[in-house]
Amino acid sequence: MGLIKEIDYGTPQAKSEKQVTLTIDGFAVTVPEGTSVMRAAMEAGIKVPKLCATDMVDAFGSCRLCLIEIEGRNGTPSSCTTPVAEGLVVRTQTERLKTLRKGVMELYISDHPLDCLTCAANGDCELQDMAGAVGLRDVRYGYEGDNHVSAKSRDGGNDNFRWMPKDESNPYFTYDPSKCIVCSRCVRACEEVQGTFALTIEGRGFDSRVSPGMHEDFLSSDCVSCGACVQACPTATLTEKSVIEIGQPEHSVVTTCAYCGVGCSFKAEMRGDELVRMVPWKDGKANRGHSCVKGRFAWGYATHQDRILNPMIREKISDPWREVTWDEAFAHVASEFKRIQSQYGRGSVGGITSSRCTNEETYLVQKLVRQGFGNNNVDTCARVCHSPTGYGLGQTFGTSAGTQDFDSVEHTDVAIVIGANPAAGHPVFASRLKKRLRQGAKLIVIDPRRTETVRAPHVEAAYHLALQPGTNVAVITSLAHVIVTEGLFDEAFIREKCDWSEFEDYAQFVADPSHSPEATEAYTGVPADALRGAARLYARGVNGSIYYGLGVTEHSQGSTTVMAIANLAMLTGNIGRPGVGVNPLRGQNNVQGSCDMGSFPHELPGYRHISGDAARETFEMLWGVKLDHEPGLRIPNMLDAAVQGSFKGIYIQGEDILQSDPDTKHVSAGLAAMECVVVQDLFLNETANYAHVFLPGSTFLEKDGTFTNAERRINRVRKVMAPRNGYADWEVTQGIAQAMEIDWNYTHPSQIMDEIAATTPSFARVSYALLEELGSVQWPCNEQAPNGTPVMHVDGFVRGKGKFIRTEYIPTDEKTGPRFPLLLTTGRILSQYNVGAQTRRTENVVWHAEDVLEIHPHDAEQRGIREGDWVRLASRAGETALRATITDRVAPGVVYTTFHHPETQANVITTDYSDWATNCPEYKVTAVQVSPSNGPSDWQVEYDALSRRSRRIVPRDAAE
Amino acid sequence: MALQTDDGRAAARALDIIERFKGLEGPLLPILHGLQEEFGHVPTSVLPVVADALNISRAEVHGVVTFYHDFRKEPAGRHVLKVCRAEACQSMGGEQVAERLQILLGARFGETSADGAVTIDPVYCLGLCSCAPAAMFDGEPVGRLDDEKIVGIIERVRA
Repeated sequence: MGLIKEIDYGTPQAKSEKQVTLTIDGFAVTVPEGTSVMRAAMEAGIKVPKLCATDMVDAFGSCRLCLIEIEGRNGTPSSCTTPVAEGLVVRTQTERLKTLRKGVMELYISDHPLDCLTCAANGDCELQDMAGAVGLRDVRYGYEGDNHVSAKSRDGGNDNFRWMPKDESNPYFTYDPSKCIVCSRCVRACEEVQGTFALTIEGRGFDSRVSPGMHEDFLSSDCVSCGACVQACPTATLTEKSVIEIGQPEHSVVTTCAYCGVGCSFKAEMRGDELVRMVPWKDGKANRGHSCVKGRFAWGYATHQDRILNPMIREKISDPWREVTWDEAFAHVASEFKRIQSQYGRGSVGGITSSRCTNEETYLVQKLVRQGFGNNNVDTCARVCHSPTGYGLGQTFGTSAGTQDFDSVEHTDVAIVIGANPAAGHPVFASRLKKRLRQGAKLIVIDPRRTETVRAPHVEAAYHLALQPGTNVAVITSLAHVIVTEGLFDEAFIREKCDWSEFEDYAQFVADPSHSPEATEAYTGVPADALRGAARLYARGVNGSIYYGLGVTEHSQGSTTVMAIANLAMLTGNIGRPGVGVNPLRGQNNVQGSCDMGSFPHELPGYRHISGDAARETFEMLWGVKLDHEPGLRIPNMLDAAVQGSFKGIYIQGEDILQSDPDTKHVSAGLAAMECVVVQDLFLNETANYAHVFLPGSTFLEKDGTFTNAERRINRVRKVMAPRNGYADWEVTQGIAQAMEIDWNYTHPSQIMDEIAATTPSFARVSYALLEELGSVQWPCNEQAPNGTPVMHVDGFVRGKGKFIRTEYIPTDEKTGPRFPLLLTTGRILSQYNVGAQTRRTENVVWHAEDVLEIHPHDAEQRGIREGDWVRLASRAGETALRATITDRVAPGVVYTTFHHPETQANVITTDYSDWATNCPEYKVTAVQVSPSNGPSDWQVEYDALSRRSRRIVPRDAAE
Repeated sequence: MALQTDDGRAAARALDIIERFKGLEGPLLPILHGLQEEFGHVPTSVLPVVADALNISRAEVHGVVTFYHDFRKEPAGRHVLKVCRAEACQSMGGEQVAERLQILLGARFGETSADGAVTIDPVYCLGLCSCAPAAMFDGEPVGRLDDEKIVGIIERVRA
């Protein structure tokens, strides 16, 4: 195996088409115009010594180590800042250069500690490497002079004012100024790669030091802990605490992050089966070598003490858990499900697939339900997030997925971000977007809240349309009104690719004065001239792209909003090439995949309706059973049926519906009414409080498989350690199936993928061998697109002609009134992920230890609420309590909170209103009242007690 | 609380200055000069206000402010004496002159005398090499520093 050492070319790749040939040390090299001499040399296999250059950031030319000589030119320019030119004759190693480099190294080392043997970077230190490369044997200056190395002056006991202590404030890495050579790589990585600008060089000359913020520590600065600086640092100045603790890794495995839908590729760097660190992989096509705090650092949950490693059973949910063997657990689940089905009918059981698990695992769960249970009662968490995306894009374009790859953002001129806060939810995409914005692209944000995406150093939205929650359709239809009535639509595109008569109907609809910005302003709260400006900007931009999130889908008109977005893109011809498109930012690592794999009650893998005979027969032939041609129950229907008494057993893989689904009390009543709730998870999650069987899950580090990210990219997940619970999740599902006497004999997930490819046209050519060869592939991947499809609908829409659909705004039934005068909307924060099951079990809690309620100063003052006060948050559905923070990020009349902590119980508040087409819950709009409070609500106190009771475990030894 | 309102007042004054220079190309340095003129130094508390107004990070403003020694963190004394310590002045006895000035004024380089009368700063070349050793007193160049001129400076400080 060995450690994957990626080549550092020193400067970024040049993208010119024109090739230039030059001679370096006598070898002819041909590279694109704009390439640096340093990179050209590296392409030819000649490594010019360097310290301040690395290919993740632009050349800087400060270390003076990479000097070269060029025939016919004076002096010794730095190779990193010198572009290649035709016929250049370069020498990288001459007597003069050797002397110069040695002199530079002597200066560096005269102000650097000589503790290499005990240094954390030993074995991974570029300074050490360069000392070796230039043949440094002696430092003529000695070590006695002014320095930043020792705390005390070397002559006596006086304090050395230049010395700074180590900053250990960040939970994941340390900053040791005494080892810093001030190459600025960290500062540039923070600016160019991450786009946060949290670091600077303070002072000048010998006083120059890296400073987070205004001479603050890392934790109090603007640092978002993405780790790009740590990765860029050539010395031990910025080092992962895990490396300090464990030592250098010895082998690495490329795998895919299990957090958000960006799907970053990482090298898991290992020592034995211990994970030392995660380093983003440069060849990862979603992230291009970048990461966020979660992916790089927040993997400690995998070995957290809360992880459950043995299967457990109990008769009643009031009993303590009893640890059992895997065989006992499988047999118990099989016999219970059989008993329930014989007693209450075939439709009385079902399953929920996990968007956190692999495609292969998800496929098996739906297969177990359809083949084993003999019904279609399978659903997935996409029900509560992006089901409207599937429906809306399916109706208009013909596919249930984003149209672009993430590289597309590098070509966009105007980006609209609707109901999403990529800076918090999809940070690596946010960094790529910000980079493009700094190059001059324009941004329009449509969001009730002034998110971090609206304004950040060097990036500011041209328009922020701060709409009232729940008025998305009105705002987007108004944008279309402006585009149609001002003649800004792309007639040629529409005539060629869409149905013209449907367009005419749609145009007539949106042109109605009732959709004008002046008319909608009254209830959307968006000023008409801002809306008109935004519409013109998007329509006139060369490449206009739309990125959206759950602020679009989690509404009673979620599906309508998705269609309205699709209309907007078709109107302006922004489909079918790089830089444009409609891009849902999927929340979970494999939510795209879980949808693709037939997780919905009405759809087989590849979005084929269960009533379609052809698709059903494919599976019937292969599985040897007759499949039910009627759609099964959705999650909310399963819970309704449970309360009514007709649904009695459920197998939930890796989803915490009690915390993540709306109207918590309804969910708990449904679960409590069932006779066999099987929960498969890493931890005793909230849903497990109501479970009868607990099957321990495995982490993404412990199994092979694939995840499909928001750009339809199928990425490999590779096992780097054995499952601590004994089985990978797909093996657990197979264990249940086998106990139910179903003939499954998979020995490796690749065989499951082969079955998927054989049955699902859009995956026809996908195999582990192909993924090995290409690194990753974007579906559709079949005969027509053997290497996958980065951009969709290039030669016309998948459904044939793009379909314009009327999007009438219908206000939600959830309305404010005298008792509930405020609108609550919800969202995420950078450091926490979703219901927090993982990130709450990492050091990420230093950034976000509890959910707080954001409230406008005006609303707070009216209610006598001060910063940090406990407040009671009540809706028609229920009430909870949390602390308030006062901010003008939210408009008056709007309050906002995150949903990462179970204690908050934000979903006790949310109602059971949902999207008309897909039942996606209306999380983003709830009418509430906020009032001062003394502490947690009765429900929170009771629930806490229930959780404690419910989590008692009797170990196997004790029970025997 | 008192500190907060002081900071609040400072921020309001800073905003006026920022508004005045914000439209310029490269507005940060003019704004910092304006602040120094207004407050006699560049108060750390207003740097985040500057950062926010220009939509750059606190770190960036800090980097620029600390790069230029002329931007003061604290108010200077009533007079400011800048003594050249560059090569030409050193070769003409500048070091001895600098040492004398520091003793006579009762402040080391970078310090303000206890009575607040004078701040003495080192500078690296005033461009007055032909008249070395040189200094600058309250913005006025002083060449060929000798005992007489040193006494002159002391008298003006003590006046």
